[in-house]
Amino acid sequence: MSTASKVRKLSMAEAISEGIGQEMARDERVFVMGEDIGKYGGIFSATTGLLDKFGPDRIMDTPISETGFMGAAIGAAAEGLRPISELMFVDFFGVCFDQIYNHLAKNTYMSGGACKFPVVITTGIGGGYNDAAQHSQCLYGLFAHVPGLKVVVPSNAYDAKGLMIQAIRDDNPVVFMYHKGIMGLSWMSYFEGSTNEVPTESYTIPFGQAKVVREGSDVTIVTLSQMVQKSLLAADKLAAEGIEAEVVDLRTLVPLDKETVLRSVAKTGRLLVADEDYLSFGVSGEISAIIAEQLNHLKLKAPVRRLAVPDVPIPFSRPLEQFAIPQVDGIAAAVRDLMKLTID
Amino acid sequence: MDPTSEQLLWMYEKMIEIREYEETMAKVYLEGKLPPKIQKGLAFDIGAGPVPGEMHLAAGQEPVAVGVCAHLRREDTVVGAHRPHHFAIAKDVDLFAMTSEMFGKANGLGKGKGGHMHLFDPAVKFSCSGIVGAGAPQACGAALAAKKLGKDWVAVSFFGEGAANQGSFHEALNLASLWKLPAIFVCEDNKYGISVEKSASTAIASNADRAAGYGMPGVLVDRNDAVAVFEAAGEAVARARRGEGPTLIEVKTDRYLGHFQGDPETYRPKNEAQHLREHDPIVVLGAQLRARGELDDGRDAALRAAISERVQAAYEHGRNSPYPAPEDALLHVFAA
Repeated sequence: MSTASKVRKLSMAEAISEGIGQEMARDERVFVMGEDIGKYGGIFSATTGLLDKFGPDRIMDTPISETGFMGAAIGAAAEGLRPISELMFVDFFGVCFDQIYNHLAKNTYMSGGACKFPVVITTGIGGGYNDAAQHSQCLYGLFAHVPGLKVVVPSNAYDAKGLMIQAIRDDNPVVFMYHKGIMGLSWMSYFEGSTNEVPTESYTIPFGQAKVVREGSDVTIVTLSQMVQKSLLAADKLAAEGIEAEVVDLRTLVPLDKETVLRSVAKTGRLLVADEDYLSFGVSGEISAIIAEQLNHLKLKAPVRRLAVPDVPIPFSRPLEQFAIPQVDGIAAAVRDLMKLTID
Repeated sequence: MDPTSEQLLWMYEKMIEIREYEETMAKVYLEGKLPPKIQKGLAFDIGAGPVPGEMHLAAGQEPVAVGVCAHLRREDTVVGAHRPHHFAIAKDVDLFAMTSEMFGKANGLGKGKGGHMHLFDPAVKFSCSGIVGAGAPQACGAALAAKKLGKDWVAVSFFGEGAANQGSFHEALNLASLWKLPAIFVCEDNKYGISVEKSASTAIASNADRAAGYGMPGVLVDRNDAVAVFEAAGEAVARARRGEGPTLIEVKTDRYLGHFQGDPETYRPKNEAQHLREHDPIVVLGAQLRARGELDDGRDAALRAAISERVQAAYEHGRNSPYPAPEDALLHVFAA
C-alpha cells in the first residue's frame, strides 16, 4: 500500500474492494464470507483481488446456505470477530431473514447492550438490466424499517469506500447495499458519475450525513443510490430550462440525516423524493412524513411529490421495466409538474 | 469416558438446582394470572403477574443440560433454545441476573428487554433464542471463531427435536462438517413439538441418523440419563477439541410440564407426565451416588437445603429488584 496520498478514478466496485482490503490489512479480526466471493471475486466484484491478498481462511466461499452463514456471522461476531457477510442479491434475503431481523438486529437490544454484533452484510440491489422480479429489487426500506440495523446506500465510489471502512469499524450490524448499475462492471451499462476520484489512503465517512450533491434554489430532490446519478442528469436537463434543482444524496438511511433534508426543503419550498424502492410504506413515505411533521414552521410552495416503483413487482420486458423504475426523463417530468403546483 | 465422583456430584447438584428453579417458577408464574384477579370471563391472563409472558420450563430434561455442560469450560459457547433455563444453569449463567430478567427488572441480564426466552450472558458465553432452529448456525459461527483464533474452545447448540426439521439445522450441520468446526449439536427429543408428536413430524425415528448425511458421527442416547448423556457428550467434546469436527447427539428426554405454563395438554394421555416422573433421572443418579458411597441421607439433605436457599434467594432478588424506567425502552437499540 502506498503511503503517499494519491487520487485516481475508481469504479464503485473497486472502491468497495479496496476499502475492505485496507481494513483487513489493519485488523485481523475482519474476514469475508459469502457465495462466490473468493476466486470469482464477488458476482458484482465487491471482493475482487482479496483472495490473492488474504487467502482462503479470510476470504471464505460459502455453500448456498444463507441461513447457515448469516447465522455463523452472528456467532463469530459475538466472539469478537468482525465478519463481512455477502449475500449477492438483496432479493435472496427471504431465505435467511430470521437470522437478520430476529437475531442480528435484536440481540444487542435484548441483551441490554451487553452483546455487540459488528457484522457488515453486503448485497447487490436494483434493476435496470432486465433481471425481473426476483433479482431487481431495492428493499432498503425493509431493512431500515427494522430497528437495530444500520443501512448504507452509496451512490458513488468515493462515498462507498469511506462508508465501507466506517461500516467495518462500527460495533453494530450494518447492511451495505450497492446498486449493480453503479458498480462500474464491465458487463452491465452503468451511470458514469458513480466512477469518481478516490484517495489511495484509508478514510471514513460518518453515517447519518446526507450530502447536497448539487445545489439549487427551486426544488429539492431527495434521493439515494443509483437514483442520485439519475437525478443529477435530470437536474442538468432542468437547468437548461431554467429550473434549478438541489439534489440531496441520503447516503445512509439508518441513521437518517433529517436536518439536511429539512434545511434544503426550507430553502427551496418544494420536495420530490426520487426512489427506486416500492412506493408505499417505504423511504419516500418516510421522507414525506418528516416534512409533514415540520409544517408548523416549514413553508412549502407546493405539495410533496414522490416518484418510486408504483407498487408492482419489477417486470422483465424492457418497456415494462423502464416504465416501472423511475428514469431520468421521469424525474425531470415530475419536477416540471411540481413547479406548476401551488398551495392555496 | 466414565465420570469421576466429582463430576457425578456436580451433575446431581445441578439437576436438583434446575428442578428447584423450574418448580419454583411454575408456582411464581401463576401469581396474578388466575381468577378472580383477572379480567372477568378469562380463565388465565398471560400478561399478568410478576412474571408475564410465555414460560417454557424444562423440568425432566435436566440430564441433557448437565451431561453436556459437565464437559464445558467458561470459554466454550452454548446457544440454547426457547426452553433455556436448564442449559443456562448448567453453563453457570448468573442465577440472580437471569431471574431478574424473567421478572423484567433493570438488573436483569438484558435489563428487562429480553425475558426468559432471550437470555444473554457473555461472561460465560451463553445465549438463546425464541426461534426454533435458529441457534445452530450461530453455534457454527462461535466454533468458526474458535478455529480462527487458534483456541480449543467448542460451541454447543441445544435444540428440540422439532428444530431438526428446520432448514437452519441442516444448513448448520453441512457447514460445520464442511469446515470441520468444533461444534456439538444436541437434540433434545422430548417427543412433542408443542402438541405434535415426533412420529407425526419427522420422517425418521432418530435424528442421530441424519448425521450420516453430513459426514459426521451421530449418537443416539436412548434414555433420559445424565451419565449416558455425559458419555456421549464426552466423546463429542473431545473430538471437537482435537479439531476433528462436529458431532450430532440426540437424547430421548422427558418433558414433565406443558409446552408452556398454562398449556392444557389435551394432546397427551392424562397420566403421561406422572408415569415419566416414575423414572426420574435425579433419583436414578442419586441412587448411583449412594451405591458408590458418595451420598447419604445427611449429605443429600444438606446439599438440597443449600441449593434451595440459593434458588429462593435468586427469586427474592428478582422479585424485589426495581423495574427499569419506562423510557429505558429507548436505550440499547445500538451498541454504544
